[in-house]
Amino acid sequence: MSAPISLAPGGSASRVSAKSGLEAATERTRQPIVTGTSVLGIKYKDGVMLAADTLCSYGSMAKYKDARRLAKVNDATLLGAGGEYSDFQSITDLLRRNALEDKCTADSLYEEDVNEECAKEVWNYLRAVMYNRRNKMNPLWNDLVVAGFSQPAFGEASEENKPFLGLVDKIGTTYEDDVIATGFGSYLAIPILREKHRPDLEEGEARALLEDCMRVLFYRDCRALNRIQIAKVTKEDGVLISDPYEIETSWDSASFVEPKGQLEGDGGW
Amino acid sequence: GTTILAIPFPGGVVMGADSRVSTGTYVANRTSDKIAQLHDTIWCCRSGSASDTQALTDYVKHYLGQLAVETGRSPTVKVAAHLMRKLCYENKDNLLAGVIVGGWDAVDGGSVYNIPLGGSCIKMPFAVGGSGSTFIYGLLDSEFRPGMSREEAHDLVKLAISHAMARDGSSGGIIRTVVVTEEGNAREYVPGDQLPFGP
Repeated sequence: MSAPISLAPGGSASRVSAKSGLEAATERTRQPIVTGTSVLGIKYKDGVMLAADTLCSYGSMAKYKDARRLAKVNDATLLGAGGEYSDFQSITDLLRRNALEDKCTADSLYEEDVNEECAKEVWNYLRAVMYNRRNKMNPLWNDLVVAGFSQPAFGEASEENKPFLGLVDKIGTTYEDDVIATGFGSYLAIPILREKHRPDLEEGEARALLEDCMRVLFYRDCRALNRIQIAKVTKEDGVLISDPYEIETSWDSASFVEPKGQLEGDGGW
Repeated sequence: GTTILAIPFPGGVVMGADSRVSTGTYVANRTSDKIAQLHDTIWCCRSGSASDTQALTDYVKHYLGQLAVETGRSPTVKVAAHLMRKLCYENKDNLLAGVIVGGWDAVDGGSVYNIPLGGSCIKMPFAVGGSGSTFIYGLLDSEFRPGMSREEAHDLVKLAISHAMARDGSSGGIIRTVVVTEEGNAREYVPGDQLPFGP
C-alpha cells in the first residue's frame, strides 16, 4: 500500500497505475486553478520583446495582482506563460536547474566556454516535456512563449544567429513566427501585431505597439489587468525584464458619457 | 457579471453600478448602462442576464406608466418593487435576474428593495448585488451607517464599487451613479482611470 501523499513528482499518482491500456487513457486531467492570461511577443530590430500583465486570477477573482509571468531562464532565453501558474513555476524551476547544471559542468569557468542553451533549443526541449505530459493525460496547463536567439554563443557574430520567437502549448504543439500571442491575445492582439509589425522596428516603437495591444486586452479580456511588464532579449544586453508599471486607459468616448437607461431610452444596453 | 449598489439617505437614494457586460471572459460591452429608469423618481439596478433584466424593466416601466395615469399620482417605490417581484417570482424558472429597485416617493422618502434570483422582495437599509458584491460585504458592513448624508452615501457607493471592480473579473469599466431625490435625478460617471481605488 503506497502512502496517500508523497514528495515525488506527480505525488501519489506517480506510483504505477493499476489500470492498463484503455482504462489508463480515461484518467482525467486536472483543471487549472490559478491562471494567467495572454502573453505577447514580437521580433524587432535588436532582438525579441515580450509583454504580459501581472495578474493571476483565481477563477473570476483577481487574486494575485503582482504575479511575474515573464521569467529569465538563462542569459540568452526568456520565457513567458499563460495558464496554470504553479505549472509555470515548475517549468521555470526545471529549466533553471538545467541551466545551472550546464554551467557547473562547463569545460572551463570562462564565459565564452559556457555552452548555454539558446532559446530555440529550450523551445524544442519544452515541446518534448509538454508532449510527454500530454501523453500521460496529465498536461502542464500552460501556453509558453520562448524568446531569444536561434543559436547559442550569441557573443560571436554569426550569420545564422537570428532572433527567435516560438510558442509551445499544453499539448506540445509548437510553432515560431515574428509575432506570437497566447490566450485572448491570439484573437485580439495578433491582427494588430500583424498589421503594424516590421522587422526593423526600433525598441521604442516595439514597446508602444505591445502597450497598445495590452491596452486593448485590458478593455476586452475579463481576466486582464492594466499593470504590465515588458521584457527583451538582445545580443548586447542579454535578458532584461522591466518592473511592473500601469498603462494609461481612455474612458471619455461618447458611449461612456451618454447614459441610456433613461425613461425614453432603450433600457440600458 | 456585475456590481450594483444602492444606498438611501434622508431625501433620496444613490444608485450605482459598473459598466461591464461579459460573455464568458470576453467583454462584450464596456460602456453599458445598468441603471434603468422605471418612473420619474424610481430606478432599478440590473444584474444577471442582460436580456432578462431589459425585458423585466420594460414591463415594469410600462405598468408603472399605466398606473400613474389610472391613479393620477406617481407610484411609490414599494409598488414598483412589488411589481418587479411579481414578474420575477411567477417566472422564476425562466429568469436569471437580480434587481435592486430604489427611488424617492412622498410616502417613504428614499427607499431600497433587493429582489434576488428566486423573486423575494426585501426592503433593506442598503442593497448590493451581482458577482462583484461578494468582495465588498466586509467593506460595506464596516463603513455603512444608517442616516448617512447624500455626499457620504455617494462617496461610499463609488468606493465600494471600485473595490469590487478591483477584484471581480466580471466587473469593470466606469462607475455610473444616479442620485435620486424629490427634485429630480443627477447622473454622474467616474472614468476608469479616476477610480477611488485603482483596478
